[in-house]
Amino acid sequence: MEEATHTPAEQDFLRALAAALPAERVRSGRESLQPYECDGLSVLRELPLCVVLPQDREEVQTLLRLCRQYQIPVVPRGAGTGLSGGARPVAGAVLLSLARMNRILDIDLENRTARVQPGVRNLAISEAVRPFGFYYAPDPSSQIACSIGGNVAENSGGVHCLKYGLTVHNVLALEVLTADGEVLHLGGLTPDVPGYDLLALFIGSEGLLGIVVEVTVRLLPVPENTVVLLAAFAELSLAADAVSAIIAAGIIPAGLEMMDRLAIQAAEDFVHAGYPRDAAAILLCELDGSAEELVERVALVEEILRRQGADSIRVARDPDTRALLWKGRKAAFPAVGRMAPDYYCMDGTIPRGRLAEVLEQIARWSEEIGLAVANVFHAGDGNLHPLILYDANAAGQIAAAESFGQRILALCVEVGGSITGEHGVGVEKLDSMCVQFSAAELETMHRIKGAFDPEGRLNPGKAIPTLHRCAELGAMHVHGGVLPFPELERF
Amino acid sequence: MDITGRLQEQVQDAYAAQRPLRIRAGTTKSFYGRPVDADAELDLREHSGIVDYQPAELYVTVRAGTRLRELQETLAGQGQTLAFEPPCHGEDSTIGGVVACGFSGPARPYAGSARDHLLGVRILDGRGQDLRFGGHVMKNVAGYDLSRLMVGAQGSLGVLLELSLKVLPLPARHMTFVQERQMAAAIKEMQRWEAQPIPLSASAWMDGQLYLRFSGAESALAGLRACVGGDLLLPAEATQFWAQLRDQQLPFFAPGSALWRLALPTGTPPVLMELPQLLEWGGSIRWLRGDASAEEIRAQTASRNGYAIQYRGAPNPHPLPPLSEPLRILHGRVKDAMDPRHILNPGRLYADL
Repeated sequence: MEEATHTPAEQDFLRALAAALPAERVRSGRESLQPYECDGLSVLRELPLCVVLPQDREEVQTLLRLCRQYQIPVVPRGAGTGLSGGARPVAGAVLLSLARMNRILDIDLENRTARVQPGVRNLAISEAVRPFGFYYAPDPSSQIACSIGGNVAENSGGVHCLKYGLTVHNVLALEVLTADGEVLHLGGLTPDVPGYDLLALFIGSEGLLGIVVEVTVRLLPVPENTVVLLAAFAELSLAADAVSAIIAAGIIPAGLEMMDRLAIQAAEDFVHAGYPRDAAAILLCELDGSAEELVERVALVEEILRRQGADSIRVARDPDTRALLWKGRKAAFPAVGRMAPDYYCMDGTIPRGRLAEVLEQIARWSEEIGLAVANVFHAGDGNLHPLILYDANAAGQIAAAESFGQRILALCVEVGGSITGEHGVGVEKLDSMCVQFSAAELETMHRIKGAFDPEGRLNPGKAIPTLHRCAELGAMHVHGGVLPFPELERF
Repeated sequence: MDITGRLQEQVQDAYAAQRPLRIRAGTTKSFYGRPVDADAELDLREHSGIVDYQPAELYVTVRAGTRLRELQETLAGQGQTLAFEPPCHGEDSTIGGVVACGFSGPARPYAGSARDHLLGVRILDGRGQDLRFGGHVMKNVAGYDLSRLMVGAQGSLGVLLELSLKVLPLPARHMTFVQERQMAAAIKEMQRWEAQPIPLSASAWMDGQLYLRFSGAESALAGLRACVGGDLLLPAEATQFWAQLRDQQLPFFAPGSALWRLALPTGTPPVLMELPQLLEWGGSIRWLRGDASAEEIRAQTASRNGYAIQYRGAPNPHPLPPLSEPLRILHGRVKDAMDPRHILNPGRLYADL
């Protein structure tokens, strides 16, 4: 333990912590802290003061009360799979890992709910209720590893949120601890609980408003039948327009995903899903429902895809073929990761009708800047995930990738979208927040933070930029205007 | 017409003068909530009209004073609808009023609530600032979700100027089955159907009869007649029944004794059997008529993890159940953050908000 680098106050705190919690709950010293120095956004690193791994609510409470007493900030962390640096440690702050609070507390089949601790993995919920014919709908690509507490912090989506909604639509109740360690119950098993909808406010608040210690989720019956269609297109814009055409026809697919040439090839090389390598883009469209309904819907979607210029269409009806088609999509990020030393994953949303033009603009910028981009994303809800390929060891490429990313996000805002659809702001998109929101709007968010955490101890410096930062950047909030894209000093 | 400028001026003046405002539009829901302690009115009726409607993008942006009927006609013209089935408490009901009260109709347990379908808002806060939160894309996690916070706040956190709402295709067909059931059996039956992957879109129980509605494409409903059982209502009858339930036009809701809205976990067995009841939302909402004491009703619901609202009828200074102390304090701080001088609908939701 390198106590010498700690301030006297920090040393007092660490001593008090050691006295209050069992020894194995606390980690300090450089070597044991290093695994926690970043989340999924590995380019931003910082060592925390210490890492605390509580096993129950009371231990979290004990920690939070000590943090209040010694004025020590707290950064909560779930599985650490977040992509925006939301769980990146802050120097001098405790990193509070909820990973050990990973028990499913109750499955209530009568009310179709599950009550779980925050460290339970997203997929573990669906696995636990599958034998009873139920599942938990939001399925972020990282679902095998990411935790439900992290999903609450980020309002995570996934492949199926076009039809089944985001975390905010599927979480019924939360038990949270305030910065002072006080217990709050938000939402409930009954609809439309009286008072302000603090549950909706809390979901997606990136660990700034409180610490989640229990989550009650809604379970859905597993659909009777599922069919996946794979359509290949010779032009990116044809695929993009087909997305709008399907929605415009009154069809809400369970999932509607798109991959471009680079992503297709990467996925094929990696998992051999049988994607057409020569296609400029593919669409994966999942439909679910009764057998009779699916016969009709599949025929309709096939007809639309053909009319929109699809070169080939495959229809997967059996579970194995469906799984294979999804396998390429689900493995797309790591697959792309094999193509370059580093990649930077973006996460903007745009109106579906602007897909073609935005993708074309990104391709032009990619040429100009000289960094390749692979696109693999939730086309049905206009949620882009451009993956910018770069080499961190090549001079200037990190900065070039970051500034390219900011340009993409500014473009998303310009066409009426958002700088983040599901990955959150974290530290990564603080500057882009200045583009999407006015000073008055950001100030309002700071006031809301103050209502929950007056002393600003929870996840300081994340999610909402200071007005000072925005002013310094000169990134004016302009509706539909042209914006400056300043390079950043950090990163 | 866009009267943002005028409204903003009024709120700024009220802020400067610390003069509370009663926000109003159609006043069809003035029965709901507490009386507002304000002399001045902020009238939203003229602030109406559709700002942006993109059927293929599945959203509509509309001014808060737009009449619900007018909005629904526009959407229906494009084969679309607000899937949460907003109740219409009168010709003058506005979309702003529905969202402010957080009201949803019979489809709510299956299609989601008003809050679930809200994508973004433009509001005036208690300082008269013109603010936008959320947007009109389906996924947007930039910053706190202050838009959904407005739903059910009854105007106490901000004046709703514009709302962006998700719209969905109108189902091609509905089928409503009616079965003779006692209340307890009906609750079990609703539970059973809710656990199936079938397009259940509404459920209700009244006068010994269980009503189950299924909605979707013709092909999606094809096999139901054989497996659901009961009498199939004629389409016109069914449409009328669900509309009257949604808008509280059924005789059960006629003026008279107090009307209580009990919210309970769906599987809760019958409570307060001695009082006339109407159940909906899979049994999670139980409407009660009669003059049982508020204490008795609240105690019965609280002990079953539910809550009770005195919805209308006999005056009650506390129509909503009290908040827990930590939540009460937090509500006060959130109110102060949004409306520091308590000029927006003060007292409507809770006495001190």
